[in-house]
Amino acid sequence: MINSLTDILATTILYMTPLLLTAMGGLFSERSGVVNIGLEGLMTIGAFTAVITTLETHNPWLGLIAAMIAGMLFSIPHAVASITFKADQVVSGVAINFLALGVAVYLVKALYEGAGQTPDVQEVLRKMPIPGLEKIPVIGPALFDVFPTTYLAFIIVFIGYFVLYRTPFGMRLRAVGEHPQAAETMGVNVYRMRYTGVIISGALAGLGGASLSIAIGSQFSESTIAGQGFIALAALIFGKWHPFGALGASAFFGFAVALALKGQLIGLTNYVPSEALSMLPYILTILALAGFVGRAEAPAAIGKPFETGGR
Amino acid sequence: MQVLSKINKQSSIFTSLVSVFLGLLVGGVMMILAGYNPIQAYIALFQSAFLQPFDIGETIRTITPLILTGLAVGLAFRTGLFNIGVEGQFIIGQLAAVIVALKLDLPPVIHAIVAVIAGALGGALWAFLPGYLKAKRGVHEVITTIMLNFIALYLSNLTVREWLTDGADKTKEIPESASLHWNMLSQLFDSSRVHFGIFIAIVAAFFMYYLLWKTTTGYQLRAVGYNPHASEYAGMNVSRNIVLSMMISGVFAGLAGASELLGTAGYQAIQASYTGIGFDGIAVSLLGGNSPLGIVLSASLFGILTYGGSNMEYVAAVPREVIRVVFAAIIFFVAANIVRWVAQRRKKKVIDKGGEGK
Repeated sequence: MINSLTDILATTILYMTPLLLTAMGGLFSERSGVVNIGLEGLMTIGAFTAVITTLETHNPWLGLIAAMIAGMLFSIPHAVASITFKADQVVSGVAINFLALGVAVYLVKALYEGAGQTPDVQEVLRKMPIPGLEKIPVIGPALFDVFPTTYLAFIIVFIGYFVLYRTPFGMRLRAVGEHPQAAETMGVNVYRMRYTGVIISGALAGLGGASLSIAIGSQFSESTIAGQGFIALAALIFGKWHPFGALGASAFFGFAVALALKGQLIGLTNYVPSEALSMLPYILTILALAGFVGRAEAPAAIGKPFETGGR
Repeated sequence: MQVLSKINKQSSIFTSLVSVFLGLLVGGVMMILAGYNPIQAYIALFQSAFLQPFDIGETIRTITPLILTGLAVGLAFRTGLFNIGVEGQFIIGQLAAVIVALKLDLPPVIHAIVAVIAGALGGALWAFLPGYLKAKRGVHEVITTIMLNFIALYLSNLTVREWLTDGADKTKEIPESASLHWNMLSQLFDSSRVHFGIFIAIVAAFFMYYLLWKTTTGYQLRAVGYNPHASEYAGMNVSRNIVLSMMISGVFAGLAGASELLGTAGYQAIQASYTGIGFDGIAVSLLGGNSPLGIVLSASLFGILTYGGSNMEYVAAVPREVIRVVFAAIIFFVAANIVRWVAQRRKKKVIDKGGEGK
């Protein structure tokens, strides 16, 4: 029983990592007032770039950095379309998803003679136990013997909170997402803040994708991301557009994944089919939005293109 | 909402043509970068979509669901709603159709009709919820429909595994009485899988045209899309129109799912991820300017690109995913409305210059 408890906890932590990283990315974009449906695509391109870079350089850390850069680059079209061209942000995000999956799978086929997936990465990120702490029963192995990306994700939550709520930059970013006209009057460059928010979201979603492809997994194919970006978006909303909310929501959604995967272990699937567990995050998000599980309130100016000098 | 109504107003045939050209150009650049010959590839693509009667039939089959999902997205757009949930409504349409096909025992033709209607109702039901939540609780339909897509996927998998089969990956073939396969049509195109669904799609396009531009209900749907506040002030029931628009949109999506299942696949399988036909509807609708004729034309283009693209992979060895990149680029160019942007910049320059002259 203790063993399966540790197992489920460890699986929760494992699967919440990509969600958390990506949701933190989405937080920066959406708090600046730009909807980011393209998180799925940004994760995809991050996962792809991490694998290709690690295969070439044999260094997974370079893979992580490359994934962040690729995510930033792919977020730029979304920023240009939705901020400069004032296009519909949801449409532009959908296009990012098309683009990223198309480019990634196309390049895999082009690079590996028509194969649907990359070769396996040998030098994936390894788990890093923290000496001493990992010996704590139950939570030790689950919390303190994890992939570096997991530690990174937790650190980013706290940095993200500090940046958004304790620095002038964060105040401005949030102001731009709530009332851009007022922010502009105060001398904030709305366009620049929104570009920054979207590009940060690209970097973090890229990292989230990499955490799936070179830590949890070891290769890239069309189905590597398979909806994780959308769950991250759900975690962001369920977490009410707040870093700690996103943390809690990611943990909860990770737990749902863990139950679906390990349910058999504790006999849960005898009572509840695993699909029902997989549906849970989405059902809860709808309920949260509808106000049945605490009201999720979006940034006020989200989705609205900004016209300088407008009202 | 304001942004969406802007989309309805701006999109012109010219914008669409320029976007398609630029999209194909982006695809060509991608091919050059990976060392392929884009001209050869595009020739292979367009040729292989029409080479044999069989290919023409298969191209039509590929176009069929794209028309329907395009109409689904387009109709919702007209009311200022973004139905990203077409994918999920499509799945529920498939599921409802396969349930009727397998569980009911009806005479030929009637069986197929009932199954198609079930698919349409399934889609409408799945679209009702986001419409209702939008109208009554102000929940943005984009997020709810994305969530409902996943729920639909898992629900379908669960139903196939637990109820329609004994833990198998896919259901058995539907009986012939429920099939949309039409021998005469199929023979015409050298036994390709083209099926009766194409007529459903075309009737649906006419229906959308008639509904939106020839009925009071349609006028209201469009009015709500242009300006919900003014519509409310004019005495229209905005909530009712939002729910109605989503449900009709869901009917189109459900029809797409039913016709794919009853015409092309013949069974429902457990799916690891989406077919993508619902998401393609977004591209189709945007390119077609959300008008029924435009949607039929752009669905034809996307169908040719999709079917031709899969052959291009065999003939010219260019991975078919390059077509997804072309789709993405087209969406970007239509959404950003490059043509209007360039025109505005030039106009602004002319005005600025005129001002200096004084």
